[in-house]
Amino acid sequence: MIMSGAQAVVTILEKHGTDVIFGYPGTAISPFYDKLLESSIKHVLVRYEQGAVHAASGYAKTTDKVGVCVATSGPGATNLITGIATAYMDSVPIVAITGQVLTTQLGKDVFQEADITGATAPFCKHNYLVKDVSKLPKIINEAFILASTGRPGPVLIDIPMDVLKAEVDYKDNFKFDIQGYQYEFKIDNKAITKACEAINNAKKPLIIAGGGIISSGSKEILHKISKEFSIPVTYTLMAKGCLNDTYDLNLGMLGSHGTIVANKAVSQCDVLLVAGGRVGDRSMSSSKSAYNKKTVIHIDIDPAEIGKNILVDIGLHGDAKEILNAIYGKLKIVKRDKWFEDKKPVEKLDSKFKVSKGCVDPKDVLICIASLSDDDAIYTTEVGQNQIWAANLIELLTSNKFVTSGGMGTMGYGLPASVGCKIGNKDKQVIVIEGDGSLQMSLQELGTIMQEGLDIKIVLFNNSSLGMVRELQTLKYDKRYSGVCLNSNPDFIKLFSSYGFAGSRLTNKENIEEKVKKMLSYKGTYLLECVVDEDNPTIYR
Amino acid sequence: MEQKHTIAVLVENHAGVLSRVAGLFSRRGFNINSLAVGETRNTEISRITIVVNGDDYTVDQVSKQLNKLVDVIKIKVLDDNEFVGRELLLIKVKASAKQRAEIIQLVDIFRANIVDVSKETVTVEISADQDKIKALTGLLEPFGILETVRTGMVAIQRGIECVE
Repeated sequence: MIMSGAQAVVTILEKHGTDVIFGYPGTAISPFYDKLLESSIKHVLVRYEQGAVHAASGYAKTTDKVGVCVATSGPGATNLITGIATAYMDSVPIVAITGQVLTTQLGKDVFQEADITGATAPFCKHNYLVKDVSKLPKIINEAFILASTGRPGPVLIDIPMDVLKAEVDYKDNFKFDIQGYQYEFKIDNKAITKACEAINNAKKPLIIAGGGIISSGSKEILHKISKEFSIPVTYTLMAKGCLNDTYDLNLGMLGSHGTIVANKAVSQCDVLLVAGGRVGDRSMSSSKSAYNKKTVIHIDIDPAEIGKNILVDIGLHGDAKEILNAIYGKLKIVKRDKWFEDKKPVEKLDSKFKVSKGCVDPKDVLICIASLSDDDAIYTTEVGQNQIWAANLIELLTSNKFVTSGGMGTMGYGLPASVGCKIGNKDKQVIVIEGDGSLQMSLQELGTIMQEGLDIKIVLFNNSSLGMVRELQTLKYDKRYSGVCLNSNPDFIKLFSSYGFAGSRLTNKENIEEKVKKMLSYKGTYLLECVVDEDNPTIYR
Repeated sequence: MEQKHTIAVLVENHAGVLSRVAGLFSRRGFNINSLAVGETRNTEISRITIVVNGDDYTVDQVSKQLNKLVDVIKIKVLDDNEFVGRELLLIKVKASAKQRAEIIQLVDIFRANIVDVSKETVTVEISADQDKIKALTGLLEPFGILETVRTGMVAIQRGIECVE
């Protein structure tokens, strides 16, 4: 069938089940926007292109679909970069489509020209500059497969305007034939047997669950292995929600902001099974001496991660779910003395900080929200103290979802991500944990929420400062506070009300339950602004 | 232990592939000692020969990270002494009519070629491994080297084994 390149793009998006895209138009991408009008695809107009990628990321993480975002050439495309890098670090399947100047103008520095494939190469799983319309349908199809298979990640397709307008003979019979790309891996049964022997012989086995547990859908098998063979589990930030946080063998998050018991267990275990994690520096030490008396087993779908940051004794390359299922079949029930400590219940955690008058303790607010929110509520967070409070103080169920920027630590992620989460999950509660610094990095997306009529609960921890950096300056820079004061914040309640959103300010402990209930029962977007002391620390022990 | 490793990489012959490969090296802090690229018999596939400095960990990471590039089809780390490696050097030497004979003698010993002669210069072409190139350059030095240009190493395995 003869159609324009733009029409072919729309047709393939529909074919891949794309029902919503997040984007921002412009000249170069106009032919695509024109064809969008006749399609079944909903377009969500964000207020800034970076928000489009973050929304697509939130959507992808909570729907098991590929998130799609669109921008125009030049600044439209470059505004995507932080979002793409964020998705790359956290292995989120995203297809980003950008308009580009005419092929005849490429390299001439014309209006709104930027080399976006060059600029994003380090942060993309793969990217394309399509100069030949006959290749366009195959490339779009490939992009979806690349983004969603193996280790997921963002794929960018840059399409010059003349290619979008040119005619192509569209045939619906795509062959995926990239010679250098495999996404089905054979399990190494010998290595699995070896790994199981090590675990069966272990006196102190420990599992570290990484983000791969969530993306491969391995929550159940993880729980089965842990429960039936009595193996404790700690998780990375990306795997929060892999097990119920109240489950007795769940030791909580590990790493620089993790629980004491989890980090102790990592140092004391004799067999360490890292499942679907990349051994990031905020989770695990990369010092050789930390592991030289242990047997380290590492499951990852990306073979380059196995042995990258720590020496591994047994590498298991492949899909975490498949491998865990194979491991499950070969494990034995072994009687072991209890060697690890239990995690403290969240109610008993203490920051040793005396909250001043007119402020609330984030712990009290988060415990209340977790207990009153739906069992399948979706949480998104920003980056900073709010994120660490959320990770440590919200007890999740496996039916919850926790959407956060881990590897990149991108402030301004949570609010636009929540847009994608809500649009992909209309019937679920979406709760954003905000900080006043992060909120103001993506504040403009309130307009998107308003336009789409979304119901998002926004819990703002307002300490009128960039709390995480301030805390760092308290501890490491002798309280020499530099560039962290936000004492001229707007009145957020008034600001939200100008968008038509309700809100309430929380300034004392007694009102927490009443105000949280009010927020959760309100129909529509609601701001719960929690006034927090600027000295309130992240560490609760 | 730090040493030179020679890696043969087959890649899709697309625009931008070389920049992806080179970018990966700089981004991940790998040191390229030499790089050569050219089409294979199949015009859709190019072959890159990379010589990288590093220990076993580095060469393992280089191969794994290269493998992640969608355009990379195959990677083979060539075993030391199990391959023939050649670089091409063109070297322009100051040479009066009197000195020419002496230079020609040297060129013959090294099985190099003279590819250009002028009143004041002789240009020599040599295809050899790095040691031999270094030796010839050293011997030509006293005549006065005006200019050299050199390719990266290309390498092929000895015997029946192929990177295809």
